[in-house]
Formats: sequence, structure tokens, C-alpha cells
Amino acid sequence: MADRVGIVAVAQTKFDQKREEHLTETLVHVTKDVMGQTGLEFKDDGTGIDSTVVASQDYFGGPGGIHMHYAYTVGAYRRPDERVEEDGAFAVAYGAMQILSGHHDVVLVVGHIKESVCSKNQVENLGLDHIYGRKIGLDFVAAAGMQAMRYQHKYGITPEQCAKVVVKNRTNGKNNPLVMYANGITVEDVLKSEMVADPIRVQEAKPVPVDGAVAMILACEDKAKKLTNKPVWITGMGMCYDHHELGYRDLADCDSLVSAAQMAYKMAGIKEPAKELNLAEVSDHYAYQELLWSEGLGLCGKGEGGKLIDKGTTSMGGELPVNPSGGLLCGVPLIVAGMQRVAECVLQLRGEAGGRQVSGAKTALAHGVEGPAGQLHCVITLEK
Amino acid sequence: MTEQSLQEEPLVVRGKLEIPYKQFVGSVASKFLIEIRDNKKIFGMRCPECNRVYVPSRSICPKCMCRMDEWVEVSDRGTVLTYTVVNYKEPTHPVEPPFVYGIIQLDGADTGIVHFIAGVDPEELKVGLRVQAVFKAERQGSMLDIKHFKPL
Ligand SMILES: [Zn+2]
Repeated sequence: MADRVGIVAVAQTKFDQKREEHLTETLVHVTKDVMGQTGLEFKDDGTGIDSTVVASQDYFGGPGGIHMHYAYTVGAYRRPDERVEEDGAFAVAYGAMQILSGHHDVVLVVGHIKESVCSKNQVENLGLDHIYGRKIGLDFVAAAGMQAMRYQHKYGITPEQCAKVVVKNRTNGKNNPLVMYANGITVEDVLKSEMVADPIRVQEAKPVPVDGAVAMILACEDKAKKLTNKPVWITGMGMCYDHHELGYRDLADCDSLVSAAQMAYKMAGIKEPAKELNLAEVSDHYAYQELLWSEGLGLCGKGEGGKLIDKGTTSMGGELPVNPSGGLLCGVPLIVAGMQRVAECVLQLRGEAGGRQVSGAKTALAHGVEGPAGQLHCVITLEK
Repeated sequence: MTEQSLQEEPLVVRGKLEIPYKQFVGSVASKFLIEIRDNKKIFGMRCPECNRVYVPSRSICPKCMCRMDEWVEVSDRGTVLTYTVVNYKEPTHPVEPPFVYGIIQLDGADTGIVHFIAGVDPEELKVGLRVQAVFKAERQGSMLDIKHFKPL
């Protein structure tokens, strides 16, 4: 078994509407980028990239066939090429497991989606079961609305506290040249914006559609050290699923995230995440989620997500900045979302995060989520 | 490529995926839906190990992983655990917005069922609201045989 997995290169596209760029061009762009950074090529003799793991969502293939494009475009055929039909953070974890298990030494992981191809809400309706959930037309926005309502009700989280997440992240995003939706929005602006699924307003939801891709190369410890002088190590990983039936769980608590986080912390030897982590990139598909997921990750106590944002703990310059990149609220595609959290942590730990750099960052946490109202979570901890 | 052609709308392929499908709902969902269709009654399944009553019903308890075979009739009345007012329109929606989804814990059940709440003033809508199922006159053995839940 390999000792540690290092991330040796990351690449991201700009996150915008790529109406005049074919998916294959986007994929070549990020793949060539990470190959160029490392000098690695696709080889079958153990001297290059051994395998690829690609995260996407088949319905956004036009629809169907999304995964046909990768291998032939970048010349990665006649080799192991796995697909992940869920958030990209899971793909990073699966890639790392290929190395930890000793099957491969160097794995290229890619996440991509063009949300502009078709309706995200219609696709997400298919994420519910066909007997109960789909029949009533449920989708992830409505599921999030019910979760936000339950969370605000149970713990007294206020609309202002949720709006503050939007303000923080859109402000942070001004230092991220890759996102389109960074701005100087105020709490008042957020609370005046159109209601989408009560209590979620349009400014509190991840902008849609956004297109883009992320790629990264993972390597076993000895190869990672040879490939870069700034490897970032994966120290912990945890994944956990909950039931898709929304009424089978209390949506105000994210038990599956608690389990995923504990699994990652145990592997990493992290006892007090709020003290030991220098930053976190958390999947804020909706503003309330940054607060709720922070609770699940143990960055604050249960029901204390509102206090966390009020105290400024998670702002840039706070004790534990959350989403220095601007997060998903600045516009990042689904699926790419969790992998982009990992990529941003890597840039932070390499000291290459530019204007959004958290000074002296040594440890970071990346979080990905998928399914209705945070059904499944993936937590990855990293250090330099 | 000339400047002229670059100014044209990008050439796109348009399509629409429509794949009709049918799938057996299973013996448990069959009973659940048939009771609603034929008798306007809502049944859950009780787990023999943890004693929880699941509505909507499924054959396996996700906590204990054991097969459930005890049917329990639950009330058509219950309490709203959470809700949302949907203000956007999608082809997947069986009703026109604005409409309300809620998770309702029926009396006698340990879980919530997701469905519509209607016939309620916006000011009246709250977590904890007591509601009752309204069944459609024409029922076909689907989740939509419950028209919605209305305030008691
Ligand atoms: Zn049980």
C-alpha cells in the first residue's frame, strides 16, 4: 500500500457560459494544462499517467453519452478510465483509493459539466425515486427550500445570517479571476431578491447555468515528490450517504456529513477541526448550506452556524476562512463543484491563491455534496 | 472563418430525450398506492426491530436492514415538519406555481411524506400546522391520488 497520496497539479477553466466551446475543447484545455505542469503523458509502462477518473453527469451530455468524449479527445484510451456520476470530490477520493490500494501510481482526475446544455432542475428531478418523489415533480431546489425552512425553524437561523454568507462569498470571489458572479452585493440586496423556494431567494442559490471543468493529477508519495516541489497531501477522506426520501431524515441535521467528516478526521488524526484547519472550501449550492455544512463538519456546534457567520470566524482574516475562493455562490457548475473545492485548497496550500490567499495556510478541508438536501457528502482534508 | 460567420448564432444540435418507461413499483408500494386508490386509506410499514412506522412505505427498514411485513394504518391527518413555496415553473411540476411542498408526519407514522399543501393562506403556513389529506375523486394508483394536504 502506498504511504500518502499527493496532488501534484491542478487546472481549472474559467467558470462561465461556454456556448461556443465544444466540451472536448474544454477537456483538452484542462488536461493539457496538468500534463504540462508535470511533464506526464499517458503511458502503459508505469512511467506516466496510469489511469483516469472522470466525474460528470450523463444527462448533461446532450443528453446521454457525456463520458464518450474524454478518453478519445485527450488520447487516454486503451487504459483504465473510470466514471463517477456524482460530485467531483468523490472522484478525487476514488482516484486516491486507486493509489492507496496499490493499483496505480499516477491518476488523472477530471470533473466537467456544461449546465447550459439542458435544464438542471429537470435533471435533478430524476434524482428522486420514480414512485414517490418524481411523481410530485420534486427537484433539488424545492428540496433545499424545505431543508432551509426546517433548519431556520429548528435552530433559529435567520434570513440575515444566510444573506451574510452570500455577501461574504461574493466579496471573496472578487479575488478569484475564474468566477463570473463575484460582486458587492449587500444583505439588503439579497433579502430583496426574488423568492425562488421559500426561504431561498434567487441571490442565495448557486447561479445557473455555468460551464467548466477542473483537472488534477494525483500520485503516490515517492512519485509526487519527484513530480513537484510543492506536493499537497491528502490526509483524510470520508464519504457517507443518507436516504433519498426527505421525510426519513430530519433535514435540519446533516447526519451523513457528520459521519463523512468524522471518517476523514480519524484518518487525518484531526481532533479539533475548527482549531487545526486553516481554511475550508465548502459546497454552498445554497447560502444556508454553508452554515449547515459547517455544523456537520464540526467547525461549530449544532445549530451554531448562524453565530459562526455573525462572529466573522469564516471571513477572510477570520480564524477559519470558509470559501476564500467565493464558493459555488460565485458560479461553479454542479459535479465540478466539489472537485473545484479541492483544487482551491491545493492552490491555497501551495501559496498560489493570489488575492484570495489565506496567509500561512498549512491545512485545508474540501467538501463535496450531491443528492437532494445534502443526501451524500465527501470530505477531504489536505496539508502541505 | 470569416468575421461574418463568427457573428452568426453558434450552430447547435437540438434534441429532446423522451424515453417512455414502465417499472413495477414493488409489492409494498403497490399495497400503499392501492389502499389510497381504493379505500382512501394511508398505510405505513412497521419495522419489527426498531418499531418505527415508515410512510411512504418501503419493504426494508433503512436503519435495521430487516424486511418489514407489518402494515399499519396511519391517520390521514398530520403535522407539517417543513415546507417551501415554489415560485418557479418546470415541466416536471404537476401543478402551476406558486404552490407549496411540505413534509408531513402523519399521526401514527415516524417519518414524513413529501406532498403538496394547498388551500392555505400564506400567513397561516407554518411548521407545526395541522393538515389533512384531500384525495382526488378519480384515482389511478399513483402518489397524485392524494391531491394535496389542507389545513385542519
Ligand atoms: Zn428498523
